Amino acid sequence: MAKIVVDPITRIEGHLRIEAEINNGKITDAWSSSTMFRGIEKILQGRDPREAWYWTQRFCGVCTTVHSIASIRAVEDALKLKIPPNAQLIRNIIMGIQNVQDHVIHFYHLHALDWVDVTSALKADPAKTSALAASISEWPKNSTTYFKATQDRLKAFVGSGRLGPFANAYWGHPAYKLPPEANLMATAHYLEALEWQKDVIKVHAILGSKNPHPQTFLVGGMSIPIDPDSQNALNADKLIEIKGLLKKAKNFVENVYIPDLLAVASYYKEWAAIGGGVGNFMCYGEFPDANGKLWFPQGIILNKDISRILPVDHRKISEYVDHSWYEYADSKGKGLHPWDGESEAAYTGPKPPYEYLDTDKKYSWVKAPRYEERPMEVGPLARVLVAYVSGHKETKAAVDMVLAKLGVGADALFSTLGRTAARGIDCLLIARQTPKWLDELIANIASGDYRIHGNEKWDPADWPAEAQGYGWHEAPRGSLGHWIKIKDQKILNYQAVVPSTWNASPRDAKGQRGPYEAALVGTPVADQNKPLELLRTIHSFDPCLACAVHVLDVNGNEVVSVKVS
Amino acid sequence: MDKQDVSQPRVLVLGIGNLVMSDDGVGVLVVQRLQRDYRLPGHVEVMDGGTLGLDILPRLEGIERLLIIDAVETGLAPGSCVRMAGDEIPVALETKVSPHQMGLKDLLAVAMLLGHVPQEMVLVGVQPGSIEMGIILTPAVEAQLDHLLKLVLSELNGWGVHLELA
Repeated sequence: MAKIVVDPITRIEGHLRIEAEINNGKITDAWSSSTMFRGIEKILQGRDPREAWYWTQRFCGVCTTVHSIASIRAVEDALKLKIPPNAQLIRNIIMGIQNVQDHVIHFYHLHALDWVDVTSALKADPAKTSALAASISEWPKNSTTYFKATQDRLKAFVGSGRLGPFANAYWGHPAYKLPPEANLMATAHYLEALEWQKDVIKVHAILGSKNPHPQTFLVGGMSIPIDPDSQNALNADKLIEIKGLLKKAKNFVENVYIPDLLAVASYYKEWAAIGGGVGNFMCYGEFPDANGKLWFPQGIILNKDISRILPVDHRKISEYVDHSWYEYADSKGKGLHPWDGESEAAYTGPKPPYEYLDTDKKYSWVKAPRYEERPMEVGPLARVLVAYVSGHKETKAAVDMVLAKLGVGADALFSTLGRTAARGIDCLLIARQTPKWLDELIANIASGDYRIHGNEKWDPADWPAEAQGYGWHEAPRGSLGHWIKIKDQKILNYQAVVPSTWNASPRDAKGQRGPYEAALVGTPVADQNKPLELLRTIHSFDPCLACAVHVLDVNGNEVVSVKVS
Repeated sequence: MDKQDVSQPRVLVLGIGNLVMSDDGVGVLVVQRLQRDYRLPGHVEVMDGGTLGLDILPRLEGIERLLIIDAVETGLAPGSCVRMAGDEIPVALETKVSPHQMGLKDLLAVAMLLGHVPQEMVLVGVQPGSIEMGIILTPAVEAQLDHLLKLVLSELNGWGVHLELA
């Protein structure tokens, strides 16, 4: 048996450490640890609930909108506030484009290099690459000249001896299976996606006044004024600009991302049987219409049983710290609901530098959230599965299209490949839906409705002495919850349980593995010094530890070490 | 800000760093002084790049001269200032550890792959004394703020940009 440590896992946000046991070329057990502490929830205690979103947004610098959305919803739930349709639609557009941009960046810039060998792209024939690209998509840039130019730039770059973003990968690893032409096509689109993502996220700058960290969120609505004829408001010009950007977003997803995803996946079908994980999935539902009806349905799937969907009740969520570096006031082996959650740090791990964590004891700054004591996977796969099983029309069509093109059954979804495919499906669905919310917004404004804020109970004097609220959101990486308790107009307690807390969770009181840990069991590792396969399964979750542990990364100097014993 | 003068080559002065990480924020502090104290002509942009990393990429488009101010690990005594130009910059970042090496290194690498590399590029760097959490500079770096500002102004002078006090 060998025990390997990968610390840090690169091409993620934040800091994640994986320890894994390998027997006969397969991972037989794994431990997921985050080695950074969080603390923003403690800063919030005693503050005005209406400003909480401004702080929580700083949990992360990547999906910067999500913690604002969850926070304002938590306060709105506590104070029983209703928001006007325009505010709801604007939030949907902001959340929608966040998901779309985030998924494309994940696929091309964080995950693709696990499947695409950039160095092999140098050997590709540009004419054959063009033919390959033309066979899967009508994207206008698929010419021989285009791929030749990309290849030349890549050659010059690699020739300079600097790999930049392509450093820290396992080039030439036998687990890479794409032909050179597919590698060149994907690499060209890696660069195209970089240009694309900076354009489409301008939607946040228009609706949120800046990106990252839009500034127009507000408890009770939004703070962006609507007036089609004013230069200082959301006007007709800006709406048309957003329309163009959303079209650009959808166009790229339909004609580049999805064809690339299917082309790459077709070479890696064995990964449809690897990386299944805990088999329990949760989705809070998302994108309410003016009446609060959710576009993506909420639900829970247990034990991969896609014959039934259970409803989500957030009261059944609790967090355990039996293997996390926290101490609850009085509850060994007991979980706490986030309303009563505590974040008292109690580090008992080894003093750095160290070789291994003591995984029998506490070994992570991430808590272990459980739903009725079960670990839950959250994220695009959970979202897509719940929608698929619920009979959501658009989801069903998209999933069936992907399964048919790959020639696999629905079982294939419970895997590393399924997770990666589901992210593409999620992206496609939202990219197609977001322009519809914009059309609804335009129609509503055209009807003369300029309301953007509820204007009720803004004055704390109108609040009850005590209140508690739950704010949910389906962020790019999955179910995000914020819980707030308000007393005497101030925050008494605040807890966030973020998607990567669910997925990166360590073991709980019963010793049940978290989703990363469970998914790694059975993942093959051909060369334990180059655990590319481990990265594939972990990256399929799109880890974002920055917010799971809520802290700034001190030192951008990432030196990956793979330790083998 | 004055109207952009299209006849002048566009200049970006980019301060990089994290203000709550002690000396790491020095580049940002220098650009804040420029923004506060000087009148900037239309073709000169002064930007607090913070820790944005790749998000700065769109701002490099169309920039002909780029001046970066950053804390750089050089192995010299804290407060030591260095100047690097052109190809020296990515090479230096490759071999020496900058506090946010990944961000700046990746930014320049990707800019090169996308063809957005400015024709002229200068890095004015200073050796940090501490990059631990904290909102004040260490004395050795604090003492260099005026000098760094002078280096930046003189670099801009070399590009024909003469900033006047506001």
